[in-house]
Amino acid sequence: MFLPRVVKRQEPLQWGSFFIFAAALVVSLGVSCALLAVHGKPPLKALAVLWSGGFGGPFALEDTLLKSIPIFLCSLGVAVSFRMQVWNIGAEGQFALGAVGATWAVLAFPGLPMWAMMPVMFLCAAIAGGLWAAVPAVLRLRFGMNEIISTLMFNYIGILFLQFLVYGAWKDPTSFGFPMTPIFPKAALIGPIAPATLGRVHWGLAVCVGVAVLLAVFLKRTRLGFELLAGGENPRAARYARMPYNLLVLLVMTLCGALAGFAGCIETSATVNRLQPSIMVGYGYTAIVVAWLSRLRVGSIACFAFLLAGLRVGVEHLQLDLQVPAAFGGILEGMILLSVLAGQFFDRYRFTLKGRS
Amino acid sequence: MDMDTALLLSILAATVQSGTPILYATLGEMFTERSGVLNLGVEGMMIVGAFTAFLATHITGNPWAGVLAAGLCGGGLSLLHGVVCLIFQGNQVVSGLALTILGLGLADFLGTPYVGITTTGFQAFAVPVLADIPVLGAIFFRHDAMVYLSYLLPPLFWLFMARTRPGLALRAAGEHPAAASAAGLSPVRIRWCGIFTGGFLAGLGGAYLSLAYTHLWTNNMTSGRGWIAVALVIFAFWRPGRAVFGAYLFGGVMALQLRLQAMGANLPSSLMLMLPYALTVLVLLASSARGGGRAAPAALGVNIEPEE
Repeated sequence: MFLPRVVKRQEPLQWGSFFIFAAALVVSLGVSCALLAVHGKPPLKALAVLWSGGFGGPFALEDTLLKSIPIFLCSLGVAVSFRMQVWNIGAEGQFALGAVGATWAVLAFPGLPMWAMMPVMFLCAAIAGGLWAAVPAVLRLRFGMNEIISTLMFNYIGILFLQFLVYGAWKDPTSFGFPMTPIFPKAALIGPIAPATLGRVHWGLAVCVGVAVLLAVFLKRTRLGFELLAGGENPRAARYARMPYNLLVLLVMTLCGALAGFAGCIETSATVNRLQPSIMVGYGYTAIVVAWLSRLRVGSIACFAFLLAGLRVGVEHLQLDLQVPAAFGGILEGMILLSVLAGQFFDRYRFTLKGRS
Repeated sequence: MDMDTALLLSILAATVQSGTPILYATLGEMFTERSGVLNLGVEGMMIVGAFTAFLATHITGNPWAGVLAAGLCGGGLSLLHGVVCLIFQGNQVVSGLALTILGLGLADFLGTPYVGITTTGFQAFAVPVLADIPVLGAIFFRHDAMVYLSYLLPPLFWLFMARTRPGLALRAAGEHPAAASAAGLSPVRIRWCGIFTGGFLAGLGGAYLSLAYTHLWTNNMTSGRGWIAVALVIFAFWRPGRAVFGAYLFGGVMALQLRLQAMGANLPSSLMLMLPYALTVLVLLASSARGGGRAAPAALGVNIEPEE
């Protein structure tokens, strides 16, 4: 028989993840373009708009970089959780709570000078986001409750809580009924780094770099980090190695929440300058895609965060130029994730035409 | 009959209505999970079902065509999960999440031109004789055809699992695929059937939303019901009887929430909308604390590696 057979690879495929991602991207773009054609939009022109909107030119790259900041921060924590087989998909809700925490700090201490305001804001965002993630972690460790569903439900609840605040107690009396807080005082605004050369790129980028360096050092240079990288994938083996597994899960989830909280704080302060429901655009779900694509390599997380941010910006341009619905972005992300999952098969297996030996 | 009784009866009847889409989706996911596959894409399959049901009914004018289209498209989407997990050995959790992201995107994208358009859908009719039973008749037998269809599913589900050979094979694929394989069965083929049936039923749950619960298409009309169904499978310990109880529990909360809003209760709508999600956490917490997870099929979420 000359039917192809599946054989396990002895070594993982060289440069495998690169080829797999490239193939997945081609498949996803192909399917998405076919859908565009069904919708009566010119697929090739759409591809051109997608590219030029997200990556073609300094203005596009600036937009993409700005969007990749929250995605990157959320993805770091999600990637660490996934590594431990903790399916924390609650970055979206933790992001919302981070935004709420930061806003609470601004509304409670409006007179603080900037050097005090910034740390207080970030601290409150980290605490709020961290607690929002710690509760599902404790529920899982104490009662064995499925964290996929609890974190997802916490997303819905967190976003509704944000809405509850901006439609109610925190609403700006002068906003003509729009659900938003008053604009933040100057001391609470994260400003641009160098408006002359870097445009709107703000200090949130520096936060990303700082967090990334700290996390890389933690993973490479500390015992706990090494244990995470080495044994995270198998809880039973981790317990045999006397790793404090429960403590690690709690730590990792809380860290993820704090980082997503940072993202929420930055998005509120630097991008919209106030709290309003429109900051919830699904970065937390994009972070899941990024985290799975890049596994636990900080550099890859940055690259994929940038890439998916670019796709998001490109889809916004598709919306403006060709009236393509915003949901197109969801189709792209879902297709990319599915085809990467399928493609990773070739990392571990190969087909052969040889008969049985 | 006085006012309060009438109100209570109408809330209970609305409970059955709100619970029905969740019941379809829960039984579907339960069927898939009993075959050993975890498919977290219920929300995505449901919304695709809701849209295709609307579209097919809009075109043909026949709601049963809508139901069939919803089942086939929900099932078709679930086959993607099968391709990723059964052929390419992908992670079941992440594949399900991707399916939800994709399904929500697809329905929203294709449905944009139809938002707010109404369709005929199903109308309620009283079942002769049964509808005249006091109390029960008013609660259970003055609905539409899809509700009556949903009454048949839990007993059929139980009969299939407990009393038929294919049901035994399905459970074997979920508990111990290697043993099933040794007994001459093909667990991979069984899992394909499990996945498709689950997707089909999730699609029907979606169809109920656009054809009977409302008679129109709006984006995001599932609003987390698919995830509630995933939680209810755990709550129900993978048994159809408890799934009915769970689905109507959520139906009750949703019916109450709508009724309170209609009566102008002085509560912010965002807090009211939180109720089903908070209840999901509580219900899952209660069943987890009782060790509910141990009732899961032994090979749930574990892929069947290809033979060398």
